[in-house]
Amino acid sequence: MFTAFLIKYAEIGIKGKNRYLFEDALVSQISHALKKCEGKFLVRKTQGRIFVDAQTEFDFDEVVEHLKLVFGISGICPVVYVEDEGFEKLCETVVDYMKEVYPDPNKTFKVQARRARKNYPKDSMEINMDMGEAILNAIPEMKVDVHNPDITLNIEVREMIYIYSEIIPGPGGMPVGTGGKAMLLLSGGIDSPVAGYMISKRGVKIDAVYFHAPPYTSERAKQKVVDLAKIVSKYTGPIRLHVINFTDIQLYIHEKCPHEELTIIMRRYMMRIAEHLAKESDCQGLITGESIGQVASQTMASLISTNEVCELPVYRPLIAFDKQDIVDISEKIGTYETSILPFEDCCTIFVAKHPVTKPNVNIIRRHEHNLDEKIDELVKIALETDEIIIAE
Amino acid sequence: MEVYFDNSATTRVLPQVAELMHKVMCEDYGNPSSMHNKGLEAEQYLRYAKDVFAKLLKVNEKELFFTSGGTESDNLALIGTAFANMRKGKHLITTQIEHPAILQTMQYLEKQGFAVTYLPVDSYGHIRLEDLENAITPETILVSIMHTNNEIGALEPIEEAGALIKKRNPQTLFHVDTVQGFGKAKIFPKRMHIDMLSVSSHKIHGPKGVGLLYINSNVKIQPIMFGGGQQQNIRSGTENVPGIAGFAKAAELLYSRFDEDLAQIRGCKDRFIRGLADMENIRINGIMPDAEDGYGTAPHVVSVSFRGVRSEVLLHALEEKGIYVSAGSACSAKKPLPSATLRAIGVEKALLDSTIRFSFSIFTTREEIDYTLQVLYDTIPILRRYARG
Repeated sequence: MFTAFLIKYAEIGIKGKNRYLFEDALVSQISHALKKCEGKFLVRKTQGRIFVDAQTEFDFDEVVEHLKLVFGISGICPVVYVEDEGFEKLCETVVDYMKEVYPDPNKTFKVQARRARKNYPKDSMEINMDMGEAILNAIPEMKVDVHNPDITLNIEVREMIYIYSEIIPGPGGMPVGTGGKAMLLLSGGIDSPVAGYMISKRGVKIDAVYFHAPPYTSERAKQKVVDLAKIVSKYTGPIRLHVINFTDIQLYIHEKCPHEELTIIMRRYMMRIAEHLAKESDCQGLITGESIGQVASQTMASLISTNEVCELPVYRPLIAFDKQDIVDISEKIGTYETSILPFEDCCTIFVAKHPVTKPNVNIIRRHEHNLDEKIDELVKIALETDEIIIAE
Repeated sequence: MEVYFDNSATTRVLPQVAELMHKVMCEDYGNPSSMHNKGLEAEQYLRYAKDVFAKLLKVNEKELFFTSGGTESDNLALIGTAFANMRKGKHLITTQIEHPAILQTMQYLEKQGFAVTYLPVDSYGHIRLEDLENAITPETILVSIMHTNNEIGALEPIEEAGALIKKRNPQTLFHVDTVQGFGKAKIFPKRMHIDMLSVSSHKIHGPKGVGLLYINSNVKIQPIMFGGGQQQNIRSGTENVPGIAGFAKAAELLYSRFDEDLAQIRGCKDRFIRGLADMENIRINGIMPDAEDGYGTAPHVVSVSFRGVRSEVLLHALEEKGIYVSAGSACSAKKPLPSATLRAIGVEKALLDSTIRFSFSIFTTREEIDYTLQVLYDTIPILRRYARG
């Protein structure tokens, strides 16, 4: 029955003169998302609304599933369009609509009309009353409730007449691309894909970097990270994933620095490399999945040590989240099953039995000098051998 | 150099096998159940395959059933006979070191009300016959023992066990999982008192997705899948004709050069073990140093624990040099639990996660053995330097 969708968006509405930029970005993101669906669609912007018109046969559920992935959409309303063939004809159509969409008639409703085309013979109040009466006559079990109805039936009179009453919640947030770009440190665990998802939801485009340590981490571990990036890219659009070979750097740190500081020093180099890549590709920040106190390298003292090596802001959307809350989101966005596959990632190998939990930055810096001889060269090689995978 | 030492996981298909399968798929693609000649053509391949296995195993063609592989053969044998014979008793016996296709099926049967005895093994992975003797009761309807262990290559005393079972309780059925043993040892069910025997195609250079279950004509069994009634109504479903033809071809080829191949694989294993003897802090699991012929184990499997090296890391380090091996058993690669077999033979805890399985085939050469030894000599000391902690 439905041949179109009205797209509701929340925060974009508040934007001032920039508003068109946000709307255009949303139109483009929706068009992109619908490319994966069967059928042809026209996405158009009109009078502060975005409509998706199906121009061919399409699969309703498939389209809704894909629209639910587009950040910036707060609601998806399936719409029926009709030509204006007089009010009586309209009432018949609306009654049929109500019968079909609500097979169980024991519901309360109200009609909410909007008359955008001012030459329509009835004003919106008249439409509300007369349409309500027509429905009550045709479906006696239905009741009117203007304050707290089960069904809000929207009738919008424009060049065509639009009928809709269902709002399927969208993901909210802002269209990807309106908020700049950031570099996500993606590990293969539960947290980092969630962190990427959350920042991207604020309209930020995502690039990612994964630190691969063959033979300590396997090709399957790398494949897992690529798979995670692909899942996240359903929301964020294509992700440029940098795969950095970190083995030699890690072994060198292992050789030269105290073992209990290994993870911290290693993470400092990861941040440095990530920042280098970020600056090269015009990213305006780094994203990590850190959460205070979750592991030794994520205590506040440890975060001082890992934070101080970069200039760019480091966005940590999960910083105050409990593990279970993060798990809940990862299940919702579909990364959990992949994240828990049991392959070693670069952070868990070589982990000391008792890593430092309150590292002193000055001591860390001093121990890092043990690396002076070769580390710049190793970092340079790692950057030169960067492998880029487009996850989409 | 590419060295494939994971032949207990799966093997390379022989070219003649692939050729035959290609012909069956593209030319003789009929359904053997069809009435017309195209069906008859296809049926000829099933006849050929049954003929091959009947001769190799010295059994009757009517006692052969083709399945989707070792796992299905094991499931059909255990579940099919347990339910068909439950009125005679509800006791089953197996060992602690079986493949999951047996162990998990036994656990399922336990949930269905059967009692299962899991026989322990000694440090070589062998069951003790007296344990078996003591376990058999008048209620025992089925004993299932593997021929060759997939992780350490231990060879179970099948013939003695068979004789013992029939002596203690002639009603008790004897199933043997020969997925790792078939093609490496000559196995004759009737002579060894075996009532049911599972074989897998892809471990003997045949295609994946095909297996065989020999069922002695006296065995009472019921199907576990229902359908068109093919294969005497024991295993419904259109026969995998290309797979079965390829499987038979592989078995035929293997048996045509059995002794030469076996000598060559044994030679490789001896050379490998002698080479490993030069290394410190390693343990070769399950071998009997004084036994003649393959150290009392299967000719193609060597399980080695390298102290202080994690198996997953070593596996990937070898992979970088083109050498493909398995950590523990390949079937457990996706759930890294310490191997039941290694625990059962008493490998100490620190070595459980440091164990690699090398498994050879008819394609294995001395050069590959020497190359792998050299890589191990070079790699192990480096990996030990970067141990965890």
